[in-house]
Amino acid sequence: MQFIKPDVNIDFIGKRKIAFIVSSVMILISIASLIIHGGPRYGIDFAGGTLIQVKFLNPTAVNDIKTGLATIGLKKSSVQTFGAADNHEYLIRTDKSLMTDQEFSQEVFNALRSSTGNDLEIRRIEMVGPQVGRDLREKALFAMFFSLLFITIYISGRFELKWILSGVMAGALMGAVYALSLFHVSIPFLIGAALIVTLVLFWFLKLKYAMGAIVALIHDVSITVGIFSICGKEFTLPIIAALLTIIGYSLNDTIIVFDRIRENLRKKQKNPLHAIINRSINETLSRTILTSLTTIVVVVSLFVLGGGIIHDFAFAMIVGIVVGTYSSIYVASPILIAWQVRKKQ
Amino acid sequence: MKKISWRLVIVIGVILAAFVYVLPTFKPALWPHKKINLGLDLQGGMHLVLEVDTEKAVEGTVERIAQELKDQVRKERIRHTSIDRIEGTKISVVIHDPDNVTEFDKLLDRDFKDLRILSRSNDGESLVITMDLPDSRTEQIKKMATDQALETIRNRIDQFGVSEPDIRRQGEKRLLIQLPGIKDTRRAKELIGRTAQLEFKLVDETHDLDAALKGDIPPGSQILYQVKVDTLTHRTSKTPFLIKKRSLLSGAYLTDAKVQIDSQYNEPYVGIDFNRKGARIFERITAANVKKRLAIVLDNKVYSAPVIQEKISGGSARITGNFSTEEARDLAIVLRAGALPAPVNIIEERTVGPSLGSDSINKGLISMCIGGILVVLFMVIYYKMSGIIADFALVLNILLIAGGLAGFQATLTLPGIAGIILTIGMAVDANVLIFERIREEMSLGKTPRAAVDAGYARATLTILDANVTTLIAALVLFQFGTGPVKGFAVTLSLGVIASLFTALVLTRAIFDYLLINRKAKTLSI
Repeated sequence: MQFIKPDVNIDFIGKRKIAFIVSSVMILISIASLIIHGGPRYGIDFAGGTLIQVKFLNPTAVNDIKTGLATIGLKKSSVQTFGAADNHEYLIRTDKSLMTDQEFSQEVFNALRSSTGNDLEIRRIEMVGPQVGRDLREKALFAMFFSLLFITIYISGRFELKWILSGVMAGALMGAVYALSLFHVSIPFLIGAALIVTLVLFWFLKLKYAMGAIVALIHDVSITVGIFSICGKEFTLPIIAALLTIIGYSLNDTIIVFDRIRENLRKKQKNPLHAIINRSINETLSRTILTSLTTIVVVVSLFVLGGGIIHDFAFAMIVGIVVGTYSSIYVASPILIAWQVRKKQ
Repeated sequence: MKKISWRLVIVIGVILAAFVYVLPTFKPALWPHKKINLGLDLQGGMHLVLEVDTEKAVEGTVERIAQELKDQVRKERIRHTSIDRIEGTKISVVIHDPDNVTEFDKLLDRDFKDLRILSRSNDGESLVITMDLPDSRTEQIKKMATDQALETIRNRIDQFGVSEPDIRRQGEKRLLIQLPGIKDTRRAKELIGRTAQLEFKLVDETHDLDAALKGDIPPGSQILYQVKVDTLTHRTSKTPFLIKKRSLLSGAYLTDAKVQIDSQYNEPYVGIDFNRKGARIFERITAANVKKRLAIVLDNKVYSAPVIQEKISGGSARITGNFSTEEARDLAIVLRAGALPAPVNIIEERTVGPSLGSDSINKGLISMCIGGILVVLFMVIYYKMSGIIADFALVLNILLIAGGLAGFQATLTLPGIAGIILTIGMAVDANVLIFERIREEMSLGKTPRAAVDAGYARATLTILDANVTTLIAALVLFQFGTGPVKGFAVTLSLGVIASLFTALVLTRAIFDYLLINRKAKTLSI
């Protein structure tokens, strides 16, 4: 069986301008959504606060839960259903953290039982202090930044044999970021600036494979973050894990196309670059689609059956895989052509 | 021929090793007795991050030094001086009589060499000196406070009886505590978070309590409360006491604390024993203060304030206070394990109930099975016979991950299960790459054997490149993540390595066996 015939020849590169517009629009929408919502919506892992998951034996009205919470000074909590409706499970979230009071869960239990008249079980309590939230936020940003940087060293090394050049560059960047972070420079801006510097350096040092890969990765991550923001979903630690996996996964696709481009460049040196790139994308298309398909299948099964705690993680993965597959075809490879255009001018 | 045999040997060896490591998870009696650990999110339990208030430890040390200085000054009969701890960690000394200055300086140079002098001003009438501890000493105190808190909490938890607790230092002054399977989280938190600073102080009977309550607190005294909870009505009552600030004896001199039952009222109390030095001090203070009230103060709460009837020698005392047996037992534990050198605050807490944990396991396994079956079916339909080979590799992959988890004693978490599920999707990737390549080569007219050779040769580097990047992301994640997320990084890394092995070594061995040993002329792909 074969979905994609070996002689397939779709003109991907010819449509790169359309793809460029589509990608730009999506990134702009993502940024706009982030601005409108005042930044990403942080879960308690990053914002600090308290999260309580309760399960009632019988159907319970959200309002009754809220009345109960109000009696113990948790008036400003948000209450939402969690998982399937017939589970009667709710997630209570409040910004208040540092409830070191030992009686706290007992208090919640009593208040909810008397206000709803239902027996219940407190299944999970998570409390994150504001300082811990801030630390985790910074750590998450650093993790994303460092994995991007390490990956680019690897790509420049493997594809262009510029191990030392990319290594020195990445080392200098890491050192600069670390040094500045000691002076309490705002971490998000710092890492944003570092990424821009990275891109500019790649451009001038002509590390084109690394440039293609990193642009594709930033593209994937920002669109996934944007979709999360549009859907009003929260950023938690597992979501960061999902984003990092998306980085690894999307790169997987990109590298396979790059590998083929390099192989074909050696074989058919006479052909123009964009033809070779297009040929390579077509040759690997079958594999790209198949792998994305099998991965999507398992992630969807996780999304549907995995339960509430892992739901958002699976959602992020689905978005990331779709966007990642698109970007390895339409974003990473066309960037390689950018240098050719530059040379001509 | 030779080439196949080493591949087969490795494959069989690895599979056997994985089997050996996985088996104890199902039958714990088997060697090597290493089970797959379940994370707190799967088996239920409590994860706490505590911050040690190390500043308070420094304050405590400075207070002690100030006390000592006062004692020495009294002993040396240096008059007209006042010594106070100010701004938390500084000592201020005011000497009104110029004659005493030289005496005081002598004392300072002889016994308090490690105090750093911050300022010294003399207006002719009186001399004002402020001192504090040098930074290196402060740092040392802070570091020791965290270390000591870790040790003390470990002791307390050991005595409380939690199976496989994980207690470690995190950064400069944070402690990470994981208590799997714990049910009474309230009690555990109380036990961990309590400073347990036991002090014996005299009740100030020369001043009026009512006046003090109105705000006229005499210097050197403080108001502390005795808190009582009525076991029947759950009402709390607070009784104020005017207590002298000076601590006569502390819990540092304890050798033992145990729960005992009062034969008269049938109420539990905690009996404590002092070491020899403590017993001597206790004897001295009780002898010097007969008919006065001695308050037993724990974490600035008065437990009791009995009148000293006579000199008490022998070095034992009792702490009473309407305890339930449980409370008395926990108090004995914290007293035995010793006081925390500084208060601790809970800055992160994650508690998962056992029922949620088992729910998560079930849901995770179901989605893994369904996802796995779908992928397996897909591979068979798409690649026929070769698909079966890939499916075999896939099943082995999961076995290898499980073996790796047990072998490295890694922890399986819910995101970790997600990592395995993800690996199922991605593991076939390597095979898809190879199979697609083989198909390409075959369509160029090569024989199955040549096509397989070329397919593997061409795809190997690509597969390595593609997986190394995922591995990089996973390793960064491992470095950054805590708890559940770390579990994800672990299974993802194991999955990548396992799928490299199964795709490049295992399936190759099978193909070679079919094509060379069985001399298959066609390839079902």
